[in-house]
Amino acid sequence: MPLYKAPRIPSSEITPRSFYLKRRELLGLAAGGLVAASASPVLASPLAAKASAYKVDEELTPKESVTTYNNFYEFGLGKDDPAAKSGAFKPTPWTVEVGGMVAKPKTFGLEDLMKTFPIEERIYRMRCVEAWSMVIPWDGFPLAALLNAVEPTSEAKYVAFESVVRPEEMPGQSGVFQSLPWPYVEGLRLDEAMHPLTLLAVGLYGETLPNQNGAPIRLVVPWKYGFKGIKSIVKITLTDKQPPSTWNIANPSEYGFYSNVNPAVDHPRWSQATERRIGTGGFFGTARVDTLPFNGYANEVADLYKGMDLKVNF
Amino acid sequence: MAAKLSPKMQSALIWGLYALGLFPALWTFWLGVQNQLGADPVKAFEHTLGVWTIRFLVLTLLVTPLRDFNLFNGLRYRRALGLLAFYYAVMHFLTYAVLDQTLALNAIVADVLKRPFITFGMLGLTLLIPLAVTSNSWSIKRLGSRWNLLHKLIYPAAALAALHYSMATKVLGTQQMLYIALLILLLAYRILRPQVLQAKKARRLQGAR
Ligand code: HEM
Repeated sequence: MPLYKAPRIPSSEITPRSFYLKRRELLGLAAGGLVAASASPVLASPLAAKASAYKVDEELTPKESVTTYNNFYEFGLGKDDPAAKSGAFKPTPWTVEVGGMVAKPKTFGLEDLMKTFPIEERIYRMRCVEAWSMVIPWDGFPLAALLNAVEPTSEAKYVAFESVVRPEEMPGQSGVFQSLPWPYVEGLRLDEAMHPLTLLAVGLYGETLPNQNGAPIRLVVPWKYGFKGIKSIVKITLTDKQPPSTWNIANPSEYGFYSNVNPAVDHPRWSQATERRIGTGGFFGTARVDTLPFNGYANEVADLYKGMDLKVNF
Repeated sequence: MAAKLSPKMQSALIWGLYALGLFPALWTFWLGVQNQLGADPVKAFEHTLGVWTIRFLVLTLLVTPLRDFNLFNGLRYRRALGLLAFYYAVMHFLTYAVLDQTLALNAIVADVLKRPFITFGMLGLTLLIPLAVTSNSWSIKRLGSRWNLLHKLIYPAAALAALHYSMATKVLGTQQMLYIALLILLLAYRILRPQVLQAKKARRLQGAR
């Protein structure tokens, strides 16, 4: 059974870009929602996202579950904290500073990003390091599109990401006990960052991201454990050194830099061989499924790690 | 407690304690059946049962110090509190085995043998079994002083429970730190207790003179 449909060549690569954008506008109009030309704020929910070939043929996790069961320690440790305690967070206005080893560093406004880069829908599996998983329809654009726009220099080998720090709006960042050092930081190797599967998501289920899911813009790397998908990104830096990542700093023996989904490498405290599908089984029928190497995206990404010992580089 | 309760009253109170103590489990189970436990109902139930196990262990261990400091004599409730801790640990384990691991025996055995935090939990539960089995008056009479010795197993069991709890999550939360600190305090008190009792005795003798 094919779990993952290999993507066709995206039409943006075979059609001249300006022409393609025009066509997108028409498509958007036809769909009844227009992002680019709309006068209303871009964040006023529904998003006009083009369907893409990047999708898994598995039952979607209900939106209710996707938006109420979250790990976002900036808002608290409980799975329901992000939904319950993120009301004060203001995702607009927002800018993302992109710099480091690039020819054209630039600070992008969120609206710029959403106008410049065509938003597509991608249905990805999401596997948390805690051995649960979801299937989520994201709306976003490939990180590669943004990186290409700033033109990484030849020294650039890695991409570093940084999350927002706003203790006054994020209750998990204030108080006596801090669960993690802030800001939350993450990193990818440049080839991982440029991979077509790597997405900057600005929405899910056809609407702009709710605060608890990492509004207004977050990373989605479907073949890695969920915590690699840094949320509420304010800064992206190209660098020649392997960037720090928050969970790796917190506990280097449990969370590696790569953190590729791997059923053969257990977390020291629990097994990674299987996962529970959230929102499907209910109370009596926990849907436990086998975890797949690279979360089922091995055909697309295994080559990135050729010759590497994945037990060492976990 | 100065007022002496009639035996009938006493046993009614104890049955009330059992009913009250089991209520969180029944209520949470009901919420689970009604699909009211959020996106991951099994984990929510598993966690609720684990945390109540810890709570009843703390309450059980509190009885002695409260009595030593003449704050509250809860000796007659201690058996119920200890048994409630045991019942919750059993339900927690059953939820893990049946609802979470769906009785995948090899996965359960692998977890118990390979993952220290589950090994500690299992050891803790195992140590509670002889205590639960001998928690009746017949055993107390039968075992005599050996009963006291046997029931010292509650200390390693509580230590294992604290260890298990501290390792069950990715980072320590506030409630978690509170319960673990309480357990450490209550266990540490057992080391200091001979001195506390000595001082108490000395004071009493002085008062008598
Ligand atoms: C004295 C006995 C035990 C106590 C006091 C205890 C208590 C707890 C507590 C408080 C938690 C954390 C709940 C939370 O995060 O809110 C927990 C988690 C857990 N316990 Fe236990 N437990 C005991 C025995 C066991 C046994 C025997 C097993 C299985 C063999 C077990 C399996 C688990 C698992 C798998 C978790 C983690 C669930 C998850 O988040 O994935 N426990 N336990």
